[in-house]
Amino acid sequence: MSKAFRQHSSWQITENQVTDEAVYRSRRSFLKRLGFVGASGLLSPHANAIDWFTHKQTKRFQTHPLKFQASPATSESLTPEQKVLSHNNFYEFGTNKSDPSENAQQFKVKPWQLKVSGEVEQEITLDYDDLLKRFSLEERIYRLRCVEAWSMVIPWIGFPLAQLIKQAKPLAKAKYVAFETLYDPQQMPGQNSRRIGGGIDYPYVEGLRLDEAMHPLTLLSVGLYGKTLPPQNGAPIRLVVPWKYGFKSIKSIVSIRLVEKMPPTTWNLLAPNEYGFYANVNPEVDHPRWSQASERRITTGGLFARNRIETLPFNGYGEQVAELYKNMDLRQYY
Amino acid sequence: MINKKSMKVILLKSVIHLVSLSLLVNVYYLAINDQLGADPVEAVLHFTGIGAFNLLLLSLLVTPIVKYCQWRIFMQVRRLLGLYSFTYALCHVLSFLAFEVQFDWPLFIEEIYQRPYVTIGMAAFVILLTLAVTSISAMKKQLGRKWQLLHNWVYLALLLVAIHFYWSVKSEIIEPSIYIILALGLLWFRKDKFTRWLANKHRANNH
Repeated sequence: MSKAFRQHSSWQITENQVTDEAVYRSRRSFLKRLGFVGASGLLSPHANAIDWFTHKQTKRFQTHPLKFQASPATSESLTPEQKVLSHNNFYEFGTNKSDPSENAQQFKVKPWQLKVSGEVEQEITLDYDDLLKRFSLEERIYRLRCVEAWSMVIPWIGFPLAQLIKQAKPLAKAKYVAFETLYDPQQMPGQNSRRIGGGIDYPYVEGLRLDEAMHPLTLLSVGLYGKTLPPQNGAPIRLVVPWKYGFKSIKSIVSIRLVEKMPPTTWNLLAPNEYGFYANVNPEVDHPRWSQASERRITTGGLFARNRIETLPFNGYGEQVAELYKNMDLRQYY
Repeated sequence: MINKKSMKVILLKSVIHLVSLSLLVNVYYLAINDQLGADPVEAVLHFTGIGAFNLLLLSLLVTPIVKYCQWRIFMQVRRLLGLYSFTYALCHVLSFLAFEVQFDWPLFIEEIYQRPYVTIGMAAFVILLTLAVTSISAMKKQLGRKWQLLHNWVYLALLLVAIHFYWSVKSEIIEPSIYIILALGLLWFRKDKFTRWLANKHRANNH
């Protein structure tokens, strides 16, 4: 299975993005050693100022180191951990990119229940410890492409969704997989207020076709950068589908349901002409507000970073996944 | 000899210069040094865009303030506020070109042409540019009565900017909606002007 996501020439990137492996490893161990000290530095100046004036004790969410099989060496420069942790679309905690890391720190992930149900022989309920221990964890370094035309490279830790689904033994009727985020307006201010939550109907729902869900690249992630997920990134468990736009990668999942019919998805309900069910990264099909032909890779460097790159079909994972869509018109099924 | 009134004007202008410029310098300083969140490009675009809008609203608030509060002194800073609104808008457009599309000219043109919210924003910018250029006293004198007609285009620019903002967001429409209400409020103050203008036009058509 590991073959499926080994480096292929089609997703090799240009010279200027390549980081020497030794540098990359040492940078990562340095980041790891920084640990929580590093994470506390993430507070935006804005949050710091507020804390300063109100003397509020804001306790940051505690993440824990994970045991996992490290990813094979990669030539891609990772997006700095600090940027991955502070630039999030998670409207349950606010619509600004910095809101989730500011508003989600009190989020409780323990106890947790993730239920696998629907058209299955064996319903499964995972508690918090099961999420981290039931399957052996591995690191996957994936590109994350947002429909807003920015992208990151993130070292996720998790296990293939297929492993979980197999344990539930899908019935022949199961054709799609429906996902649901936790609904808890007390903890998630965006679910409590249309102003904070951007006017979305909650809980957030997403879906995949069963074969997409069973694809070896499709990951359930419980961590990033060697540690458990922080809440702004979807703690305790989230989906990662690297060839689709980021909004498919639903966060803080409580329900995975195998179903017969194509399930509704949040952004598609909100604006069907802008967000399709499939949402495969496709440079040929523009979003009404963003050209999808190219993207800005968020890496180190400030305003002058030259980081606009061409977007690849299926976010560069075409060799692995194009087969899934071989008879489909991807302009129609965007 | 500087009298008390011109002293006040100088003070007011200094405050406007200081606030507008220092905020702008600050945001670029932070962005260049990667201290403005994970995506400094987006942060700069938002800041300059909203800044231009705020300054445009302020410049259009001058007339109602002078009319209803008799604070005539504000009349002296109307042009300055308008020019700073243009400056912020200029930074907004140049930042989009330099940092968002990174001088990919075909993409820049395509974005203006294909994305309605960018088209509208650009149209507003062209109006502001025209008004900024013709705001110098010599131009004002030269244009005579046409000057006021030309500068009435600011109302259209205001509406276009409001729509540009509203259209640029994904789903969080409350803030842009508030701005639209503010813009409409400022236009409401000028309803007499518009009815007069319409009446004149009507009369001209009938003759």
